[in-house]
Amino acid sequence: MLNRLTDALNFQTQALTLRAERQRLLASNIANADTPGYQARDINFAKALREATGEIATNGALQTTQRGHIAPAAGARGESGKDYALQSQTSLDSNGVDMDRERASFADNSVKYEATLRFINGSVRTALDAMKSHNQG
Amino acid sequence: MSMFQIFNVAGSAVSAQSQRLNVVASNLANADTVAGPDGQAYKARQVVFQTALMGAGNDSGNAGVRVTNITEDSTPGRRVHDPKHPQADAEGYVTYSNVNPVEEMVNMISASRSYQNNIEVMSTAKSLLLKTLQLGQS
Repeated sequence: MLNRLTDALNFQTQALTLRAERQRLLASNIANADTPGYQARDINFAKALREATGEIATNGALQTTQRGHIAPAAGARGESGKDYALQSQTSLDSNGVDMDRERASFADNSVKYEATLRFINGSVRTALDAMKSHNQG
Repeated sequence: MSMFQIFNVAGSAVSAQSQRLNVVASNLANADTVAGPDGQAYKARQVVFQTALMGAGNDSGNAGVRVTNITEDSTPGRRVHDPKHPQADAEGYVTYSNVNPVEEMVNMISASRSYQNNIEVMSTAKSLLLKTLQLGQS
């Protein structure tokens, strides 16, 4: 019974964690806008979320093929999930940060992070309402 | 909590950019410096940025910035013929510093824009974290 309440929350929690991770990556890109040789990185959110919720297998993930193997933590992600962004304009110092794109992605990701927060708040409120008796509040 | 790392990343960038701004300020201040008694005029300085990796494992995406060293521009200084100048050499030439003020102004604008960008990143991260703290309260 409690499973049903927490399942919806679990999914949103994974999404929120990934949003936070993407926000961090984009902040790194913006911080390195003037560093020679730096290549911008990003994650494919839809694919990463499918991997985190176990819908598709993680690329290069550890497999438990024998008894005694320790299963990796759910949603564990490595370097493989991060892609290098293509340069839209080449520059002399081979810096691959496109500031327009990074700022746009950053704004987009902040809005979606907030949206995920609201979804979680909504689920919590629904669960709390369901737990109340009819003559309460 | 990975969002807190944003402050480290953007903070390192802000401090690197402010160091760049410092160097630009000292270059601009010395744009008209004349060579001293040793015949060596002020040489323009430039900062060199490098990616500084912070954290390991799952947090390996963190890439801050640090200033590795400050290089001196080795191009010869501007020489102006002015025999009346007290610092003029035997041929009547005065050696000024090799600072190019136009380049420095462009550098300054670029540094200040990057600084602003990183401050914006930090304030966005702060507001998102504050909203995360209020999770579940209505």
